[in-house]
Amino acid sequence: MQLFLQRIFDGLNNGAVYAVVAIALVLIFKATTLVNFAQADMAMFGAYLTWMFATQQGWPVWPSILVAMILTGIGGAVIERVLIRPFDPSDHLPIVLITFGLAAILQAIAGWKWGLEFHKFPSPFPAKPTDYVGIGGARLRYETIGTLIAMVLMVLAVFLILNKTKIGLAFRAVSSTIESSRLVGIKVGQTLQFGWFLAAALGTLGGALVARQTNLEPAFMAKLVIFSFAAATLGGLDSIGGAVIGAFLVAMIQSILVGYAQQIPGLHWMKSNYALVIAFVVILVVLLFKPEGLYGTRRIERV
Amino acid sequence: MNMVTPKLKVTNVDARYGQVQVLRGISFEVKEGEVVVVLGANGAGKTTSLRAICGMVSTTGSVQIEGQEVRGRDTADIVRRGVAHVPQGRGTFPELSVLDNLHVGAYVRKDRKGIEEDVDRWLEVFPRLSERRSQSAGSLSGGEQQMLAVARAMMSRPKLLLLDEPSLGLAPLIIEDLFRRFGEINKETGTTMLIVEQNANLALDIADRGYVLESGSMVLSGTADELRTNEAVREAYLGA
Repeated sequence: MQLFLQRIFDGLNNGAVYAVVAIALVLIFKATTLVNFAQADMAMFGAYLTWMFATQQGWPVWPSILVAMILTGIGGAVIERVLIRPFDPSDHLPIVLITFGLAAILQAIAGWKWGLEFHKFPSPFPAKPTDYVGIGGARLRYETIGTLIAMVLMVLAVFLILNKTKIGLAFRAVSSTIESSRLVGIKVGQTLQFGWFLAAALGTLGGALVARQTNLEPAFMAKLVIFSFAAATLGGLDSIGGAVIGAFLVAMIQSILVGYAQQIPGLHWMKSNYALVIAFVVILVVLLFKPEGLYGTRRIERV
Repeated sequence: MNMVTPKLKVTNVDARYGQVQVLRGISFEVKEGEVVVVLGANGAGKTTSLRAICGMVSTTGSVQIEGQEVRGRDTADIVRRGVAHVPQGRGTFPELSVLDNLHVGAYVRKDRKGIEEDVDRWLEVFPRLSERRSQSAGSLSGGEQQMLAVARAMMSRPKLLLLDEPSLGLAPLIIEDLFRRFGEINKETGTTMLIVEQNANLALDIADRGYVLESGSMVLSGTADELRTNEAVREAYLGA
């Protein structure tokens, strides 16, 4: 029981992180119907900025995160304007390749500027060994609680922006039909740019939430983003609520399955590395049997 | 009356998609408060002529709205000058609710109070929409979607409303009801309307004047009554 609880708590922690990044993926997908393969590395860059402010400038962690979010948000907006907007949005391949290229460039810059070695990342939440609540012998760490709260607040913020503001309405309109959006006077380019701003800022938050647990190195988000991809695919790539639920499902599958597999004779070789395989299996199974995911929109054309 | 600048003046407009020339030097105008209908068969260039006005296809020639040249401008800019376009296939936002569709129609406006009043007003005009205000637009029937498209367009309080074959794919009774409403909207709000249609009967009933478009050229123009009694029009578009 104690072990089971502990796995659940670990799953909650990972789920919250996957969710933050998955929402960023969903925002870009809603806006452009394509997956931003540079999302992880934009988040990695944001985490490095946070780390720089916190360790080299000596700022407190949260202001460092906020400033890094704003800076990467602006970076995202610039990327949209310079690298995405000049291309025909209905032709996906060039844009997908551009996001791949961008990912490689960002990793290279990070490696060159900050080195390939691991850096200790300052914790946004109390993270001493004693900072936990004991429940049934299992440890619910303050870090996990904090990460969950941060994720809930972020989901709330995204929900309010999308549903209660004018730019949010415009964003949903553009996600629905670009041509009709032009016809009601929406500046489509600027609206999509706003989506990139938001996604980049959220990615940075996700990166900063997880960096203490993984340590910081140029590829640290690239490893993690697979789980967010799995989460977003499972939840439905255009559904924010779906991405959150997908994230927790993937995280629970990961922590419970991998956790217990090691105790089953014959499966003891299954180390935590195999969690990656699980993420891929989730993506594969969803795409095969339910391509729109659990909560995604099935595209129906009405004539 | 002739001294007044027309709401819309299209002069010698050419449009092409790649190699195919769709409009060949068409000219027409719509005056303040008028309902003007452009009749034409499939492929005559009706849709393209509306898209030319909104800057959704590249053109040569001149398109003036209230005397101001808008040809070559961005669609969003032209819309901000008071043009609302209901494209073929309605152009609603299927994933958005009926209410959100109305709100997004008022995107270019800034008067929050006025917008809410207009939402109430159009829901009153179209009670079917009011019943379905929280449903997604994609779940509405064809006729309801067309009502929503028109209401959404009116939410911008347009000076000029462009309607692209509003009758397409709708049952006769619904079409009749729609056109009656277009007439009412024109009378009550004074909104200038340009309608392109194949369904000449109903369109001419509410129109002041009309044009006939054939293979990308305007071949005929006149008052609604003149067109209704014109032999060629009767044969081609009125089925008489």
